[in-house]
Amino acid sequence: MYKSQQLALKYFAASLFVFGLLVVAGLLAAIYYVKFGFLLGVLDFSVAKMLHINALIISLLMGFLGAIYWFLPDELGQETVGIALAHLLFYVLCLAVGIVVVVYIFVQYGGSDQFAMWFINQGRKYVEAPRWASIGIFVVLCTLAYNIAATALRARKITGVIGVLIAAMVPLTLVYLFAFPAITNMSVDLYWWWWLVHMWVEATWEIIIGCILALSLMKLLDTPRRIVEIWLYLEVGLVLGTGILGLGHHYFWIGTPAYWLSIGGVFSALEPLPLLGMVVHAIYDAGKHQMKTTNKPAFYWLLAEAFGNFIGAGVWGFMMTLPQINLFSHGTQWTVSHGHFAFYGAYVTGILAVVYIAVQNWRQIGEVTGNAWKWAFAFLNLGMIGMVGGLLISGMAQSFYERALGGSTLEAFMAGQSNPWFMQGMYARLGFGIMFAVGFVILVYDLGRMVRKGRALPPRNVAA
Amino acid sequence: MPEQTDPIFSGAQDPRFWRDGAISTTAVMLIVLALLTIDSLDVIAAGGANVPAYTVINQEIGYEFDSDKSMWMPTIGEEQLLFGQKYDAAGAEAMMDKAKLVIQSRNCINCHTFFGNGAYYGPDLTKAWLDPVWEKMWIPMTQSKTREEAMVKFLMHPDRYPTWARQMPNLGINEEEARAVTAYQKWMSSVHTNGFPAGFGNRQEQR
Repeated sequence: MYKSQQLALKYFAASLFVFGLLVVAGLLAAIYYVKFGFLLGVLDFSVAKMLHINALIISLLMGFLGAIYWFLPDELGQETVGIALAHLLFYVLCLAVGIVVVVYIFVQYGGSDQFAMWFINQGRKYVEAPRWASIGIFVVLCTLAYNIAATALRARKITGVIGVLIAAMVPLTLVYLFAFPAITNMSVDLYWWWWLVHMWVEATWEIIIGCILALSLMKLLDTPRRIVEIWLYLEVGLVLGTGILGLGHHYFWIGTPAYWLSIGGVFSALEPLPLLGMVVHAIYDAGKHQMKTTNKPAFYWLLAEAFGNFIGAGVWGFMMTLPQINLFSHGTQWTVSHGHFAFYGAYVTGILAVVYIAVQNWRQIGEVTGNAWKWAFAFLNLGMIGMVGGLLISGMAQSFYERALGGSTLEAFMAGQSNPWFMQGMYARLGFGIMFAVGFVILVYDLGRMVRKGRALPPRNVAA
Repeated sequence: MPEQTDPIFSGAQDPRFWRDGAISTTAVMLIVLALLTIDSLDVIAAGGANVPAYTVINQEIGYEFDSDKSMWMPTIGEEQLLFGQKYDAAGAEAMMDKAKLVIQSRNCINCHTFFGNGAYYGPDLTKAWLDPVWEKMWIPMTQSKTREEAMVKFLMHPDRYPTWARQMPNLGINEEEARAVTAYQKWMSSVHTNGFPAGFGNRQEQR
C-alpha cells in the first residue's frame, strides 16, 4: 500500500467523523423548528446551522482529498510526490477544524471588528471559518494541487482523468479566495460569494466527483479507459457549458441586471443534462457487467450517486430555478429540500462508494459480504428522501402562504412558519432525520466490521 | 460501444475530440461570464443603476408595483432623515462599513436571509425597513417615536420583545452598532431586486 493511500484512509476516517458532527448538528437544527425557545441564548439556531453546513463542506472536502490520495498512486503507478507534507497538513487541518468548532460553540460571536473576522467567525454562509483557518484550508488545497501535478511530472505520465483533475484544481483553489473579503455592499459581496459557492458546488466539485467516479468505474467494473474518458470529457463540457452561466440563477434577486433572469433560467434548465448523462453511463456499465462485482456496497452507492445527482441536483434544482417560480420559492425551505438532496445525491453517495472500495482493498477482502451495508443503504437513502419530502412540503406551504399570499412581511413569515402543512413537514424532517442518523451509525458499524475482518495490505517500500 | 467503421463518426471515438470540445466550450462561457461580470459590477456598485448610493438613507424609501414592467420596484422620495440627521457620503459609508461587520460578526445570515440568501429560521431582511409591522407593533411595544428608534431598541434587546413562534437572541449589539444596522436596512430596501420579494407588505386575503 502506498503512503498516499494510508493518508487517504486517514482522510476517510476524518471525513466520516466530521459527517457524524454534521448529523448531530442537523438533528439539533431540526428541533429548533418544532420546539419554541430550544437552547435559546445557550446554543442559538445560527450556531447549530453553522456547524451543520461547515461540517458538510469539511466532510466533503476531506472525502474528495481521501479519494484523490487513494487513486492517484495507482493511476500514475508511483507514490504521490510530497506525501510527507500532505500528511503533516492532514494533522494541521484536523487540529484547525477542532479549534474552529470549539470557538463556534463556546465563543460564538465577536464584536464588529476585524479581530472577529480573523479569529471567531466571518458570518458568511458556508465560509464562516475565521480567516486564519481559511488560510489553512487554502494551503491544504494548494498542496493537493502540487501533489497531483508533481506526481504526474515525476511519473512522466498524464492520463485523461488526471489531466482533468489538475485543470479542476486551478478554479477550485482560486475561487476559494472569495472566502476572505468583507465587502460592505451586500450586492457585490453576494456576487463574488456566489462565484465561490456556485463554482465549487455546481462546477468544480461536479468535475472532481466525475473524475473520482471515472476512476472507481475502472476499478470496480473494469470499464475500458477510452469509454470512461469520453464520458468524462463529455460531462466536463456539459457541466461547464451549462454551469458557468448557470451561475445566473443566483443573480436573479441580488440587485444584478434583469438579463440574468433569462440567462440564469435557460442555462440552469440545461444543467441537469450532464447529470442525466451520468445516469445513462452508470446503467450502461451496470448492464454490461450484469451487476456482477465483488464490492456490492460500492457499486450500489455508485448507482445511488448517479440517480441522486440527477434527481437531487438536477430535477430538484430545475423544479425551483426558473425565475417565475424562484421569485416565490427563493429563500424558503424549498431551497433546503434541494440543498439536502443535491449535496447528498451528488457527493456524499459518491464518497461512500470510494470508501467501500478503499476499505476492501486495504483489508484485502475478496468479496464484500454481510447485510449491515444493506440496512445502512436503506436507512440513509430513505431517511434522506423522507427529509427532502418533508422539507419540500414545508417549502411549498411557505412559498404559497408567506410569499405569494402573505406578502413576505414578518407577520406573513410567522403565519407561514406556523401553518399546519409547514409544521407537518418539519416534524417529518426530524423523524426522517433520526432514521438517517440510525443509517449512519449502521454504516460506521459495517465499515468497522470490514476493518476488523480483513488483513491490512502491507506498505510498499518505494521512494516517493 | 461497438467499433465504428463509418469515417464520419470515427472522430467521436477518440477521447481527444471530446476533450477539445470541453475546452472550447469552457473558454467561450468564461469569456461571456467575464463580459457580463464587468457590466453587472457597474450596475450593482453603490450609486450604480440598481443600487443607490449610501446617502439614500436621507430619503424616503417605498416599494410599488410598476405596471409597465409588471414588477415591484423601490421608490426613492422626499428627504426623510434618519435619526434626525443628514449624512454626507463619507458618514453614510462609514456607517455601512460598521453595519456589515456587525452583520458578519453576529452571524445574522445563519438565521436570516439577505436578498433571499442565508438561512430560513428568521424572516428575510431585504425589505425589512418597509415592514408595516414597525408601525403596527414595534413602535408601540418599544414605546418609540420613530421606526428607526424602535429598530435600534429591538436590535439591542430582542429578548425583551418576544413575539410569535420565534425569538431573536440577545447578541450584545450596542447602540452604535444597532444604529448602523438600521441604516443598512434602510439602504438595502432601496436596492432594485427585479421584484423580489413580490408584493412585499401586500397581503392577499385568503378565501
